[in-house]
Amino acid sequence: MSEANLALAHQFDDPEQQLDASTTGMWVFLATEVMFFGGMFLGYTAYRLAYPEAFADASNLLDVWLGSINTAVLICSSFTMALAVHSAAEGRRQKIILFLILTMILGAIFLGIKFYEYYHKYEEHLIPGENFTYAGPSPRQAEIFLSFYFAMTGMHAFHMIIGFGLQTYLVIEAWRDRFSAAYHTPVELIGLYWHFVDIVWIFLFPLLYLVGRHL
Amino acid sequence: MNAQPLEQRQHYLNVSYGFKSWLLTTDHKRIAWLYLISVTFFFFVGGVFATLLRLELLTPQGDLVQAETYNKLFTMHGITMIFFFLIPSIPAVLGNFLVPMMIGARDLAFPRLNLASWYIYIIGGLFTLAAAAAGGVDTGWTFYTPYSSIYSNSNVALTVVGIFITGFSSILTGLNFVVTIHKMRAPGMTWFRLPLFIWAHYATSIIMILGTPVIAITLVLVALERLLHLGIFDPALGGDPLLFQHMFWFYSHPAVYIMILPAMGVESELITCFARKRAFGYSFIAASSVAIAVIGFLVWGHHMFVSGQSVYAGMVFSLLSFLVAIPSAIKVFNWTATLYKGSISLEAPMLYALGFIGLFTIGGLTGLFLATLGVDMHVHDTYFVIAHFHYIMVGGAVMGYMGGIHFWWPKMTGRLYPKALAKLAAITIFLGFNLTFFPQFVLGYLGMPRRYHVYPPEFQVLNVMSTAGASVLAVGYVLPLLYLIWSLRYGEVAGMNPWKATGLEWQTPSPPPTDNFEETPVVTREPYDYPAQKPQAIFPQGAAEHV
Repeated sequence: MSEANLALAHQFDDPEQQLDASTTGMWVFLATEVMFFGGMFLGYTAYRLAYPEAFADASNLLDVWLGSINTAVLICSSFTMALAVHSAAEGRRQKIILFLILTMILGAIFLGIKFYEYYHKYEEHLIPGENFTYAGPSPRQAEIFLSFYFAMTGMHAFHMIIGFGLQTYLVIEAWRDRFSAAYHTPVELIGLYWHFVDIVWIFLFPLLYLVGRHL
Repeated sequence: MNAQPLEQRQHYLNVSYGFKSWLLTTDHKRIAWLYLISVTFFFFVGGVFATLLRLELLTPQGDLVQAETYNKLFTMHGITMIFFFLIPSIPAVLGNFLVPMMIGARDLAFPRLNLASWYIYIIGGLFTLAAAAAGGVDTGWTFYTPYSSIYSNSNVALTVVGIFITGFSSILTGLNFVVTIHKMRAPGMTWFRLPLFIWAHYATSIIMILGTPVIAITLVLVALERLLHLGIFDPALGGDPLLFQHMFWFYSHPAVYIMILPAMGVESELITCFARKRAFGYSFIAASSVAIAVIGFLVWGHHMFVSGQSVYAGMVFSLLSFLVAIPSAIKVFNWTATLYKGSISLEAPMLYALGFIGLFTIGGLTGLFLATLGVDMHVHDTYFVIAHFHYIMVGGAVMGYMGGIHFWWPKMTGRLYPKALAKLAAITIFLGFNLTFFPQFVLGYLGMPRRYHVYPPEFQVLNVMSTAGASVLAVGYVLPLLYLIWSLRYGEVAGMNPWKATGLEWQTPSPPPTDNFEETPVVTREPYDYPAQKPQAIFPQGAAEHV
């Protein structure tokens, strides 16, 4: 029995069907994720249409440099993730581990910068709620902007933390030499997930950081 | 009476014993049982809340409970029945058991995920039960803001977390079905040879996958607003409560189709089998399921005609709501045409199926009244609405569920139930249901608003009728619980195909072996190949010759 057959679950006829099913499953899952984030994008859109000036003003509270650095960091992490998937397809174990760890380091840098930004907002009393203080006009509307900022980037960061956990699992599995050119489905699927999380940020960055700059 | 032993053979029920073998099973058939037991539990919990509501409404005064308790009762009734009974009922019990069997697969694509879905469902259920035990929720199952997010003093956050968690069970079940139906079909099982039950579950899964995440994020935002005072839906903080209603109904209207579409799938199986006829307009019934899923996403605004939505939006939503009636009507006409000149046998499942057609038609047509802007102004938030959606959810979804359980019970257990008792229960449920809910149409039309524990004395006669009907209905629901449990041990041995049906699930022993089929079936023909001239002959989907 080949290595690929060892990983074949009883409900499947052959590895090809198993790979097909797993990949389809991941894409369907990502569709649910689009709808999940979609709810917040809808809310954001509704309030941005209702309060365009307040949103532009409040957007200027965010640090566009940190946001840009984070965007670059995340795109690089998508690149290293793609390299990890590529190495897995070639069955090169050490390279899988190397690129996964690089991806995780970039992910950690992103989260570090994100939490630094959150901390900064906390110091400036810009966390929505009882202690929120805002000097500009329409503080209530600015608070809504910041509510969406925290809800959306928070949910995004939460997805990154889950991705971090999944990558840790991949490193351990790769260490144990579980993947081969014939069987590396988990690397591919988690790669898809990571790219999705990256794409969400690609939308979040302009919507949150750049609103004020185009007016 | 002596129990007849089932033939000595290994099947999914006797392959292993003990709690662990059930609680850690990845067999879709055993997981279906886990769901069957848990949704039955929640059905009777929801039923207890309903009983208390109907008892209170026996008299015009508030003598059994006061307003606050009454609010909690109808909220808990709605939440339990919708999120913990109706949504998982047919898909998670019958769908789990039958989707792999009907397409000739050994299991769902992701068996461990399937088990995880059940655990997620149970955890969500425990949160909700904890909220009930801690004093309940009083917002209505709709959680309208800002009442739910700011003002209510009940356990909103706990309940919302429970529903949020349970939503993932629904999402993962839908995902599992979609992948299974796409990738796991037996050789020869082309899309247009799929049983209509599968088409209905495919359409349901699409709604579960695309709708449920939206209610999840909506409830997260409500919880955030409540716990952290973020101003998202609260107008005092600059938020928009209508946005909540849009987001809520974007899921919760399609959720109605999560409840009814699987029942329609069951219906197509029952009607063809007990009329011994091909499904009239197979491809139309199949396509109408998908059409309902798609159009169902575009009609949510008809819940908001009087809540400050723009009149023009209201007109568009009204029109779209009329559109969704078309695929539903296509189904009803096709079932009726299937019955025409059929060789009909009135077995218990068929009684439920026929009841479904009548009750669903009443529920559907009164839905058109409500989709009409002018009429809705008059009957909005009255008992007319209550009657309408109970005709769909109880008269439709629960009748379909009961019919399906009675149809596939011999496959699930290997035994038949007492047929006469089963017919009696079906008739009792039909009569009890109509007595409960038909008077509510009249009450609503006369102007009795929903969600009040007191009412003017002139409404008492109709309310007494409704409560009397609810008692009959309760008897009708307890009966099957008793004789089905009895049949587990004492029921007549059913054999492979007691109804002489054509689906693949009937071409394997009852109860089926763990891998469902001794060898993977090869499908050679369309479903429902019942020759009209020879009512007893069948052409099973997996056999080359007729049996």
